[in-house]
Amino acid sequence: MRWTKALAFVLCLGPLARLVAGGFLDRLGANPVELIARSTGTWTLTFVMITLAVTPLRRLSGWHWLARLRRMFGLYAFFYASLHFTTYIWLDQFFDFAAIAKDVVKRPFITVGFSAFVMLIPLAATSTDAMVRRLGGKNWTALHRLVYVLAICGVVHYWWLVKRDITQPALYALVLAVLLGFRAVVSVKRRE
Amino acid sequence: MLIKRAVGVRPHEITPHAIYLRRREFIRAGLAVLAGAAGLVPAGPLHAQGAPLPGVAKSGYSTLENPTSFKDVTTYNNYYEFGTEKSDPKDYAQKLKTRPWTLSVEGEVRRPKTFGIEEMLKMPLEERIYRMRCVEGWSMVIPWVGFEFRRLAALVEPTGKAKFVEFVTAYQPENMPGLRLPVLEWPYIEGLRIDEAMHPLTLLVVGLYGQVLPNQNGAPIRLVVPWKYGFKGAKSLVRIRFVERQPKTAWEKAAAHEYGFYSNVNPQVDHPRWSQATERRIGEGGIFTPKRKTRMFNGYGDQVAGLYAGMDLRKFF
Repeated sequence: MRWTKALAFVLCLGPLARLVAGGFLDRLGANPVELIARSTGTWTLTFVMITLAVTPLRRLSGWHWLARLRRMFGLYAFFYASLHFTTYIWLDQFFDFAAIAKDVVKRPFITVGFSAFVMLIPLAATSTDAMVRRLGGKNWTALHRLVYVLAICGVVHYWWLVKRDITQPALYALVLAVLLGFRAVVSVKRRE
Repeated sequence: MLIKRAVGVRPHEITPHAIYLRRREFIRAGLAVLAGAAGLVPAGPLHAQGAPLPGVAKSGYSTLENPTSFKDVTTYNNYYEFGTEKSDPKDYAQKLKTRPWTLSVEGEVRRPKTFGIEEMLKMPLEERIYRMRCVEGWSMVIPWVGFEFRRLAALVEPTGKAKFVEFVTAYQPENMPGLRLPVLEWPYIEGLRIDEAMHPLTLLVVGLYGQVLPNQNGAPIRLVVPWKYGFKGAKSLVRIRFVERQPKTAWEKAAAHEYGFYSNVNPQVDHPRWSQATERRIGEGGIFTPKRKTRMFNGYGDQVAGLYAGMDLRKFF
């Protein structure tokens, strides 16, 4: 089933390919930077949700091969988050680091967004097999529970930036609530 | 009293270079609207959109900056009555019923009157190429066609009690899908202080790019106040009331700490959630083009700063 990993790898590049193609074909609309920022942001959230969905899906469906894809999905979340962050510091702020620092400190939605991105870094750095061995299963699992925190921060980041129509962020919040709720139920059951 | 005019007065005998450069766009846009109208099931007044407006005079208040393309002006819009995505107004505003249309002008006036839209189109029309700055941080340059609001005011004769003017947008639940969500309180209400409304820059607009206003831009008649954030320019007006008390606007009701009554373009007063110091000019360059510095009063400070002398613009944002 090795081709599933290759196929997933290619499919996950789809959103980026669409943006690049859109750029060349001038199909990114009147405000392309805003569209790129929004698209890379929502795909980051989507990949975080997909990553979090692997364990519940495995349990419910018995498809244990999904586990081998989880790391890739997680790394793609980090990939799109990096693109999103790069869009902000380059295309939006033009590397005006004074303005960026001010934003991170003064604008709550950027504070939580930046925090979520920062939290992804150690998770990406410790994603390799060698790192899993070095940390040991228990420590690695403890560290990677950060994904719960950063997922919440990501949803809050989206919620706090929309002007008035919270439909989209609310949908992500709902999905996240279900995914976290599943884990909460499982962990409570385990204790009984 | 010498009334200061905007930089650059156009020589009337020469086609302005900017318009000359856009001549093919005019033709294309006209054909595109005709083609689009032909392809759609006519839901009323589709014929009104895109019709050329004759006899439009040039104005010294127009900017010499490059106008934003007709395509961008008519496809990137905020008109929440049709949805909150930028593409929703162009997708759904075709359903807006713009005929018959009346504009009721009432309140603290000696001669209240309900005007038909045809009367408004017969007012002496000017082209005003204005900058438009959205509160979200993007901006455009739009060649509006309209007449000064104060000309309409003169017809109804406001009394001394008229301290503010309230503007009310159409409410058509059968045609406006966005009304199902209470994103804002409907109908959309905006307001100006009487001296802001009577300022020569304040326009009632019936067209853009020399043709009848497209639905998504606020057909058939809308307000344009170029030194304030774009949301102050209420679209598709049905009622104008001269009132004694400051009206509560839709965005004030939605989030008073974020959107004030005045909402003058001001790079020094940030939105609580984002900076207003810079803006992205739609259509300017590509994705690697830096943003522009936002200008005080959107660059109309010479004309309007006097209205706010002595006012704390941080308090009255």
